[in-house]
Amino acid sequence: MPRVSLCLEKMASKPSNKEVIEVEGTVAEALPNAMFKVELQNGHAVLAHISGKMRMNFIRVVPGDKVLVELSPYDLKRGRITRRVRY
Amino acid sequence: MITLKTPAQMAKMREAGRVVAAMLDACRASVRPGVTTAELDRVAAEVLRKAGAESSFLGYSTPPYPATICTSVNQEIVHGIPSPKRKLADGDIVGIDAGAILDGWHADAAITVPVGRVSPEAARLIAVTEEALRIGIASAKVGARIGDIGAAIEEFVRGQGLSVVHNYVGHGIGRAMHEDPQVPNYRPTKGQPNPPISEGLCIAIEPMVNIGGPETRTLGDQWTVVTADRSLSAHFEHTLACTAAGPVVLTRPGKGAAVAA
Repeated sequence: MPRVSLCLEKMASKPSNKEVIEVEGTVAEALPNAMFKVELQNGHAVLAHISGKMRMNFIRVVPGDKVLVELSPYDLKRGRITRRVRY
Repeated sequence: MITLKTPAQMAKMREAGRVVAAMLDACRASVRPGVTTAELDRVAAEVLRKAGAESSFLGYSTPPYPATICTSVNQEIVHGIPSPKRKLADGDIVGIDAGAILDGWHADAAITVPVGRVSPEAARLIAVTEEALRIGIASAKVGARIGDIGAAIEEFVRGQGLSVVHNYVGHGIGRAMHEDPQVPNYRPTKGQPNPPISEGLCIAIEPMVNIGGPETRTLGDQWTVVTADRSLSAHFEHTLACTAAGPVVLTRPGKGAAVAA
């Protein structure tokens, strides 16, 4: 069974966010270069940076914040903070 | 990500390939005017059941593919869904595409078969497509690149005054039916991926050849792909393993381990 060629697949699917894994965590440490160490709910620690959208809207993230992190399936040690979760 | 297979894994895929070859043989033997494509699907399903294998296609993708095999009649290029209403007529050509999962490993192959007596153009289309597949397989040498396969196929088919479909491509195969890389049937354009062929690469090469233009349309069932100009189309496919000794076809019938091409 032939596969749909790359160019058709691209047309069919929106810019794919579906490959990411979304998890919630707590910011453990603020590192230089707008990077953060985030402690995930499952106990793992990942290095995460702030998403461009959050930077544009000046959402500050400080240690102790609960955040939503997107992990790339290729490197589970790095992620992108996409949202600060309010309580 | 391209995954290379060990000889032991290739042997498993060869077992799956043998089942696929048996499905295609059984279907080919059942093709005659008056037979419906749903009956071909049943014949293939029966071979699968006896072999203790499963269909690679059933339930695949979205919307879930609803049948065991694909049967693509005349202007249908690929992904035709078997139907009890679709009766084969004298002069039709029918593409039969089958895939099997045995012990977790996939194999995938296709043939196009004339029904009764067909026109000389249809017979030539089938012959050219089968030859295009043979040429493609012969180009799958370790050290060459994926694009060399498509380049050889496209050059041959164009020389025959026919066109190859661009929108659908061959694929890597193994634990899943569709793995990387994509294996187009044309010379890749600049910037398109063109990975080298390494030892252990397992791919399905599948030229789809049209009498008219290469453009395609997908029908309302979201599966069946037809030629935009409704011209006749043929499709042949083999799963093969690339080894230092040359390409080895895994979906040939017969008892032998794998037969070098």
